[in-house]
Amino acid sequence: MIFVTVGSQLPFDRLIMTVDDWSRLHPDYDTFAQIGLSRYQPKAMRFKTSMTPNDYQKAMQASDLIIAHAGMGTIISALELGKPLLLMPRLASQGEHRNDHQLATIKQMTQKFPHIVVAYNETELLQELECYRMKKHDNPSIIKESLTVSPKLLDAIKSFITTE
Amino acid sequence: MALTDYKNKKKRILFISSSGGHWIQMRRLESAFEGYEKYYAATDPSYQQSVDYGYFFSVPEASRWNKLKLIWQALKIFGIILYIKPAIVFSTGAAPGFFALFFAKKLGIKTIWLDSIANVEELSLSGRKVKPYADLWLTQWEHLAKPEGPYYYGAVL
Repeated sequence: MIFVTVGSQLPFDRLIMTVDDWSRLHPDYDTFAQIGLSRYQPKAMRFKTSMTPNDYQKAMQASDLIIAHAGMGTIISALELGKPLLLMPRLASQGEHRNDHQLATIKQMTQKFPHIVVAYNETELLQELECYRMKKHDNPSIIKESLTVSPKLLDAIKSFITTE
Repeated sequence: MALTDYKNKKKRILFISSSGGHWIQMRRLESAFEGYEKYYAATDPSYQQSVDYGYFFSVPEASRWNKLKLIWQALKIFGIILYIKPAIVFSTGAAPGFFALFFAKKLGIKTIWLDSIANVEELSLSGRKVKPYADLWLTQWEHLAKPEGPYYYGAVL
């Protein structure tokens, strides 16, 4: 299954529309989207507006590819499960977010986790979906061990809460 | 165990954030609060189902453009803090965390703010405004740390 998710707080029509168009051309791929506040209603793929944490986790686990906005919740969840991740950043110029912090997120996250695939626009998204179909993407299953919380951060919090 | 079981002398921690990435980052730090009784608050009521050990409260959703909703959110958070009487309040953002730290600080409760890892180029708006109310004020990016805070010790991944 391909799982598409854009968070619950803002619309992301460019992403939903593009994947839906692709899905219409490729009905042999089971594609499911969590569309949040997007105004575009998918015609080809299955979709839900919002999901509970349990349903979200199940969809993540069942997916072979996760296509998402560059939100940290989705990125962390996908990394924890070792799932292939294709990100398209929300852009302030398109009215998709308050600012362009998702571009900065992508820059930092792809440095740390090079298997993350990025599409900066709709054309690139379709190209990357084609790469996925041709199985050209790297396998992310190797990155799980680098996903721990910084021990120094945990220690700093622990020592802070134990001092009166 | 009933919520009103005050015989339990364990110290309490309140984890509070908006839904989504803030929540997921916050939960990665639970292990630092071993031995505390865990209370949670978030803006999505369905998040209750992801809390296995601890108590969950939902707070109203609000954006910075809707002042009335923000006030309602703040009042509800104030009520939750008075009810729980936590020893520590911890948040990763955004508005609910700001209000929680604001009230907690006034009540003499220890407060911790860890700004979201999504804020790479500058601290979040709530992260900047919360400075006077955060006893421990942290960023997850070394280049955003300053001698007077926010401090950097590492990130959630």
